[in-house]
Amino acid sequence: MAYKDYEIVIGLEVHSELKTKTKIFCGCTTEFGGEPNTHCCPVCTGMPGALPVLNGKVVDYAIKAGLATNCKINQVSKQDRKNYFYPDSPKAYQTSQFDLPLCYEGFVDIDLDGETKRVGITRIHIEEDAGKLNHEVNGTLVDYNRCGIPLIEIVTEPDIRSAKEVRAFLMKLRTLLLYTDVSDCRMNEGSLRCDVNVSVRKYGEEELGTRTEMKNINSFNFAVKAAEYEAKRQIKLIESGGTVTQETRRWDEAKGVTISMRSKEEAHDYRYFPAPDLMPIVTSDEKIEELRSSIPELPEVRLLRYTNEDGLSEYDAKLIVASPHLSNYFDEACKQTKNKKAVANLIISEVFGRLNEDEKEEGIIPIHSTNLGKLANLLDTGIISSSIAKNIFATMWETDKNPENIVKDEGLAQISDDSELRLMALEVIANNEKPVQDYIEGKDAAIQSLMGQMMKLTKGKANPKMVIDMLKGILDERK
Amino acid sequence: MKSVAELAKQLKAKEISSVEVARDYLKRISEVDNLVEAYLLVNEDRVLEAAQAVDAKRMAGETLSMLAGVPISIKDNICTDGVRTTCASKMLENFVPPYDATVISKIKKNDMIMLGKLNMDEFAMGSSTENSAFKITKNPWNLNYVPGGSSGGSAAAVAALMTPLALGSDTGGSIRQPASYCGVVGLKPTYGRVSRYGLIAFASSLDQIGPLANSVEDVALALNVIGGHDQLDSTSAPVGMEDFTENLDNDIKGKRIGLPKEFFGEGISDEVKEAVLNAAKEYEKLGAIVEEVSFDLSNLSLPAYYLISSAEASSNLARYDGIKYGYRTENFDSLLALYKNTRDEGFGKEVKRRIMLGTYALSSGYYDAYYKKAQQVRTLIMEEFNELFKTYDALLTPTSPTTAFGIGAKTDNPVEMYLTDICTVPINIAGVPAISLNCGFDSKGLPIGMQLIGKAFDESTILNLAYQYEQYATYEKRNITIG
Repeated sequence: MAYKDYEIVIGLEVHSELKTKTKIFCGCTTEFGGEPNTHCCPVCTGMPGALPVLNGKVVDYAIKAGLATNCKINQVSKQDRKNYFYPDSPKAYQTSQFDLPLCYEGFVDIDLDGETKRVGITRIHIEEDAGKLNHEVNGTLVDYNRCGIPLIEIVTEPDIRSAKEVRAFLMKLRTLLLYTDVSDCRMNEGSLRCDVNVSVRKYGEEELGTRTEMKNINSFNFAVKAAEYEAKRQIKLIESGGTVTQETRRWDEAKGVTISMRSKEEAHDYRYFPAPDLMPIVTSDEKIEELRSSIPELPEVRLLRYTNEDGLSEYDAKLIVASPHLSNYFDEACKQTKNKKAVANLIISEVFGRLNEDEKEEGIIPIHSTNLGKLANLLDTGIISSSIAKNIFATMWETDKNPENIVKDEGLAQISDDSELRLMALEVIANNEKPVQDYIEGKDAAIQSLMGQMMKLTKGKANPKMVIDMLKGILDERK
Repeated sequence: MKSVAELAKQLKAKEISSVEVARDYLKRISEVDNLVEAYLLVNEDRVLEAAQAVDAKRMAGETLSMLAGVPISIKDNICTDGVRTTCASKMLENFVPPYDATVISKIKKNDMIMLGKLNMDEFAMGSSTENSAFKITKNPWNLNYVPGGSSGGSAAAVAALMTPLALGSDTGGSIRQPASYCGVVGLKPTYGRVSRYGLIAFASSLDQIGPLANSVEDVALALNVIGGHDQLDSTSAPVGMEDFTENLDNDIKGKRIGLPKEFFGEGISDEVKEAVLNAAKEYEKLGAIVEEVSFDLSNLSLPAYYLISSAEASSNLARYDGIKYGYRTENFDSLLALYKNTRDEGFGKEVKRRIMLGTYALSSGYYDAYYKKAQQVRTLIMEEFNELFKTYDALLTPTSPTTAFGIGAKTDNPVEMYLTDICTVPINIAGVPAISLNCGFDSKGLPIGMQLIGKAFDESTILNLAYQYEQYATYEKRNITIG
């Protein structure tokens, strides 16, 4: 027996902070950061007598996430208390959902080197985030700013079979949450975290192996590495005659290993019961339809549109749909030109290049989409050459000027007038005997030198395709 | 002593000032509270300052609310901004809330004068006010007897004329049972009628704030102030408010009153039974139709109540962990020890008993047999009430099986203590309103209380029935002398 004889079975529980303006049960801001305990009130700090009032937006956002992941919606849902003692939980219970989550039985299709794989979504429920402990020299301090920030927990079926699939799933889920605009998915601010459940079994076995759970992993890379490591650890353990114990483990990034935290016997009894301070969440058909229609076109659909209708390669299309911001930017820019591929090329070569150089996120492209579209159109209609386009792009990056105005103001329009070009071509041929001779003698590459002279003469504005054709036409007659 | 209605009238007519009224009550408190021990906190300066402010407004010709300048005292589990709120627990001995409960905001908006905070059983768990961590309140009718509980301070302060009005809270009878023991009127409104925001939770699905006073009209006036939908409490009902004094003097001819026979059976003392049945006869004289009915599930109410209330309490009281506010042990070397010792030292015996009971009832493997079963019983009890209210306008029962018992008499027998609530808990389980009022005295000279139970959100009918009895029925009324 060896590693390859084992099937790895992975399920994920992903926690995502919703981007509501206020917290789940009070009016405090959800803004990240702030001095400790400044985004707090009696409700979110669990003061005696304070009561929760559910933020309706939290329900809307969770349902949108559910619809984007093909879930069914529980039209009568409820919230429950999950009881446990920890200093980051001021009420000593977390308001979550136990047996009637808002969304259930959905799926997400992931792309694995061209193959589509379906990962089941067991449920999506809403809950409140806990505070944060700051361990200092003189003791531990609690910051409740994060306490009460709304979360959705997305639980998958144990359908994932490799660390690679973990990454593909998380990337896809992130994209969906970004498109539905329910979460910022900022890993560094902890707005997307996941628990990874791993078990292994020999191929062909029906029963699932004993699973371990790696909790609170706040990076896709760590999740992938933890899954990979844990599967290997379990296989090695079984191969050496041991058995896997059901337990909670922790991913130690520095050491690159998982470490046991607590066994099943030490697991909490959360004593879930219906939250008596909150009413059932009732959602009408109309509300669900309203939310469904508010979801923008999702990435799969856009991908098809880009490749089938807009003439983009699958590779380019995937790059663009990876982020809703970019995709929306692309769609806006495309309104200015028939040549959508030209827009895509500008984004992928020029925009990505500059973003990388400037180390900026795609959220802050300094060129308005309309202006980028116009630049693509100038290229497409032959008004400017691609080398001029590069210069104009550089100017636009600094100033966000309308490229049409730049062309006009700086006289950058391409020279495509046949007789004008012919006169210049004859002049260049007359003044450059050596390359002319070389070309006539069969050295085709010599035409580039003449081309360069044409460009010098026109300050790069000559229509390159016309120039090449014209030079060849004139010289081929002399052969 | 004047009623709230009289005080309001005289204040409005400027025949007396609210400073004068406040001084009268502060004087009474200083005279008798050393015997009764109803108050946990009285801040004279603050009281007089507030009274002066109201008088100034009145002199300036401002339009004031009807109860402006009338004093009121508050059970110490209702949060008062900047004023210590202890729940009569060592756990919250020094807790000063940074906010007002909604009922307190309403009281302030109405320019009422808060006299002080009242003693209670710790976290409202108890039926005698003996579970207070700070003092034992006495029954003003006989200082060797308990005032009932958990709102014992509220009932005793009203009975001893140390306040014209008090707020209590009622989870299983905590307003009505002490009102009965102290011979005053106590109303538990419909669940959802009065906002719970700022009421320190014992059992969230059962708790309700209500008024205690010396007359039915005064209780109705108080409900006008504290009732109404509140956006800060999700369980507060979005129903309109009415003037609860409006129908008090309506004729009750033809009203149908049911007497559930299970509330007159075993365990109910003869004197109590006789007094309540006499009241039933008085109702007939006033033209009401009184009939014996059956309430089959009464024997299941108490166990269901103790499971549900303790389960919710075990979760509600988990926040008192020594981390954020309130008591923290000095004796710890780990987080677990901090939790354990804080809770062991900070909570009293009865509170710990309920937390353990509730934790057990919610534990995995026991949930279905206890908590879930209790919730099913709750549904059945609600249905049984609904069924009875199809025929009857109200039900009449004793408030408690006996009159007040002696201090210390039941402290070693929790089950016997729990049984004093047997007539009141079904009402909380169903969420309907009920009022307790005096209907005579026993041979020891202790007050006997009767309970009128009404339909959800129909406080008006039971207030009307109670008022008619109070004004027109024949029963023994006595004036109190303390000590």
